Order: sequence, then C-alpha cells, then structure tokens
Amino acid sequence: MTMINPGKIKKDFPIFRVKVHGKPLTYLDSAATSQKPMQVIDAISNYYRTYNANIHRGIYEISEKATEAYVESKRKVAKLINAKGIEEIVYVRNTTEAINLVALSWAEQNLKKGDVVLITEMEHHSNIVPWQLLARRKGISFKYVRINSAKDGLDMEDFKEKLEEYRPKLVSVVHASNVLGTINDVKSIARSSHKYGAKVLVDGAQSVPHMRVDVSEIGCDFLAFSGHKMLGPAGIGVLYARSDILNETEPMFGGGDMIKDVSLNSSVWNDLPWKFEAGTSNIEGGIGLGAAVDYLSKLGMQSIRKHEEELTRYALNSLSEIKGVKVYGPGIKNVNDRVGVISFSLQGVHSHDIASIFDREGIAIRAGHHCAIPLVRGVLGEPSLSRMSFYIYNSESDIDRAASAILKAKEIFKMV
Amino acid sequence: MDNLFAEQIISNYEHPHNKGKIANPTVTQHEFNPTCGDELTLYLKIKDGKISDVKFEGDGCAISMASASMLTDLVKGKSLAEIEKMGVKDIIDLIGLDPGPARLKCATLSLRTLKEAVFISEHKKPDLATKQL
Repeated sequence: MTMINPGKIKKDFPIFRVKVHGKPLTYLDSAATSQKPMQVIDAISNYYRTYNANIHRGIYEISEKATEAYVESKRKVAKLINAKGIEEIVYVRNTTEAINLVALSWAEQNLKKGDVVLITEMEHHSNIVPWQLLARRKGISFKYVRINSAKDGLDMEDFKEKLEEYRPKLVSVVHASNVLGTINDVKSIARSSHKYGAKVLVDGAQSVPHMRVDVSEIGCDFLAFSGHKMLGPAGIGVLYARSDILNETEPMFGGGDMIKDVSLNSSVWNDLPWKFEAGTSNIEGGIGLGAAVDYLSKLGMQSIRKHEEELTRYALNSLSEIKGVKVYGPGIKNVNDRVGVISFSLQGVHSHDIASIFDREGIAIRAGHHCAIPLVRGVLGEPSLSRMSFYIYNSESDIDRAASAILKAKEIFKMV
Repeated sequence: MDNLFAEQIISNYEHPHNKGKIANPTVTQHEFNPTCGDELTLYLKIKDGKISDVKFEGDGCAISMASASMLTDLVKGKSLAEIEKMGVKDIIDLIGLDPGPARLKCATLSLRTLKEAVFISEHKKPDLATKQL
C-alpha cells in the first residue's frame, strides 16, 4: 500500500494556487464536492479541443474516439466497484438522480399499495424524498430504522425487528453518513434484507470516493454515487444495478440512443446500459469521471482510506482539546467505523457564524442541516451543525488551521 | 477580519434589545430561514398607524439575531407606510456592513418578518419586494 502524500497531490489541483481573502485555500468541504485535479480538467478540455463529437452515431473518427472514451469510462467505473461489466453502469446526473431513477422505474413497476420501503434516520434527503413521492403516487409506505444514539450508528436490533414486522420490498440505506461519518455495515444489512426477499439500495455518495466499495462483496442490488465528490465533474453520477434487474425493468425515459428500433406504435429497447440513457449523454462528464477513477485507482482506494482514517483520528484529537466543542459520530476509539466527515458544534456560536469566521481564514467548511433535516434536527436536536470533511489533498496542517479558526471564533464571541 | 463580527453585532447578539413577548399584540408573525434554521417570531403593537411596541423571540446566528435586535430598536414609532418602503439597503445601513450573498438572508430575516406583519395588519398581501428579502 502506498502512502498518500497530500503535499505532492495538492500540486495536481490548480485550485490550491488560488487565495481566499488573501490566504491560501484550506478546503475542508469535500463531502459537498471534491476539488478537481489537472488530469480530470485536461481530459474534459482535451475532448472539447480534439475529439468533440456525439457518441454512438457518427461514422467518423472523432465520434468513434468519443464513443470509445465514454464506454471506457464505464469500464473503469465497473472495475472500481467490481461490477460485472458496463451493462450494470447507468450514468445519471448524481446520487440523487440515481435513487430517483430506482424509485421511478424499478420501484414504480414492482411495488404496489401497502408495500413498504425501509430507510433509516441517517439518510440524506435524496434517500427520503423520492420515497415520499412514491408513497404519494402508489400508496406505498416507508419506515425508518432508528439510530442508536449511544453509538451514533444504526440500531441493528430495530432494523431486524422492522424487517420482520414490515417485510419491506426495498431496503434503502446510506453507506457512510454525510453528517455523522458513520459507516454502516451494508454487507450484513444486504444479507438480512435478502433473507426477507427485499432488494437493497446503497447510497454510496460518501463511501465510493473514499474507500474500496465492492458491490459483489456487499451483495447490494443497487448502488448510487456521484462523480463530483470523487474528483470528477458535476452532472455525472452512477447508478449501479444488477443486470438481471435492469433487464426486467422498463426504461423511464424514451428517446434517442435508448432504442434499437422504432416503429409507429412500438419500439425495441437498446441493450444495457443504454436502455436507461435516452438522448445525448453527458459525454464530457463520463470522460472526466473516467480520468477521476484513473487518478483514484492509481493512488489506491485502500491508501486513500488509510490516509483519511489518520486525518480523522488527528482531527478528533485536536477537537477534543478545545473546550465548548461537541463532535458528532463515532468516537476516536472507533475511527474504523467512520469516514473523514466530522460534524461539530461550538457552544454559543451558530454554525453559520463559525463558517463565516473560517471563511475569513481561507478555510471552507459546510454549515447548516447538511440536507439531512430528520437526522440533524430530529435525532441530534440541533438547528444546524458545522462540518469539516477530508480528502486526499488534506493534511494535518489543514486541521491545525481549522482548530485555530475555532479558537478565533471563541475569541470573537468572547467564549475564552 | 473585516467587520462581519464587529463589536456592535456581537453585543447585540449577546445582549439583544427587545427580546421577549408582548401581551395582546396587534400581530404576531413567525418566519424562518430554511437553509440555516434561523427562526424569528415578531410581536407588534400598532397604534394610530404607527409601531408603538415591538419584541422578538428567536434562535439563530449572530447576524440574524443582532439585526433583529437593532431593527426592533429602529422601527419603534415609525409609521406603517415607512416600514412598507424599507428594503435591503436599510438593513445594510443599520448593521453597518454588507454581509455578502451567503449571509444576506440572515441579515434580512427580521425585516422580512416585520414587513409581513405590517402587511398582514393592514389586510394586505406582502409585496414581491418583501417576499424576496
């Protein structure tokens, strides 16, 4: 396993040459979106400059080259998550769209009134609202697995009870929480769910960019994730779905590229995955994502995970030394159970004020409800939280800067 | 650091003026800022077309709470017609800084709530400028 060298990695990211409020940028908001290396920026710009053409259409060199680059990116993604092949890799805009695609196609076609979708209190809005919409359309219902507040993890007893009681048709669960950082045992969740005949959707938005995620090992039926959180461009995301499920599911959108043949009254769908990609795709997005996967694969997902574990341990230590700071999620003894996402509050100071003070120090963090209102306001009982999140370009000195900024906030608000 | 957290903001946040309830208010108006969770309830007493008393309760960031404190001081005695004409510029003048696009909604929360309360007291619908605050 190679060691991650953030100093060296930073040189690949032009944004770190930018000054914010006259100070070097300390970027601690990768859980929102990651920064982009030159390799990704160049791949996109190179496509525009040297082989911009539509895919699957042109009988000419640059179109063939564009098609190949787009398809190749799917091979890279398939390999990254250990899918069987590109037929299981559907490109969408982002994690949210991937989950909505499952709700609007597979679930729409297979669930009926009274059926249950089991989700958890830890979900991002993207894994709550699509099921609320489905409930309104189809009369299904959805239930929440509770959080065990002592562990900031899912209450697995409650999960098993709800499986038994509700016999859900689908269990949809976040792999790594964007608020608590908690990594859920999705492998065991998938195994239990399958025993009850439920399909399993894993929201991998915060896991796929940061650790090895293997769909065959987890045994999930669907995996959703976003390109922009893993060094790729915005507007490209992935729905992995088992090919037998995709084969049995009707497409949601109709149009060009998703058909083999069209007659006046009916059509023959295209092969997978193209059946689910109507119209001209986000070609440059796919190509950019391919370059991002190359970059991550070269570093190695296990090395990335180790680097972030070390940073998380360091940060939890630093924060524990500051009076008035409360940290959420698994504690320092359980760093293995969490990703590099640390939500915190500072007594007496609102998260938006903290974020503004950080900003003046050149530090980007997230503040607010993190698109998880039921978790933040309901379970944790906080109006809003501050959050720092790490990636390959972050180092211990970034965390030192963050700790100084917290001390500055305490000083401004006379908390010292 | 620029003056985003100037002494005036911090002292109004820590020792807010006009905080509390009014018994038998003419209007009570509640508003919140969905992105950050700032909440504000404004109690207005109106007499002869003027604000005779105003108090607020709320929970939120320093910018939103300090501007509520300063705004409630400012508007006592003002006519409803004057309140109706107030806008972003009045808030920027009041708190002495432009908090920037990311924080402007925090600063204007109290004015939006106040103007809504005034329109409601006159049985009018809040105008577009108020809704956009």
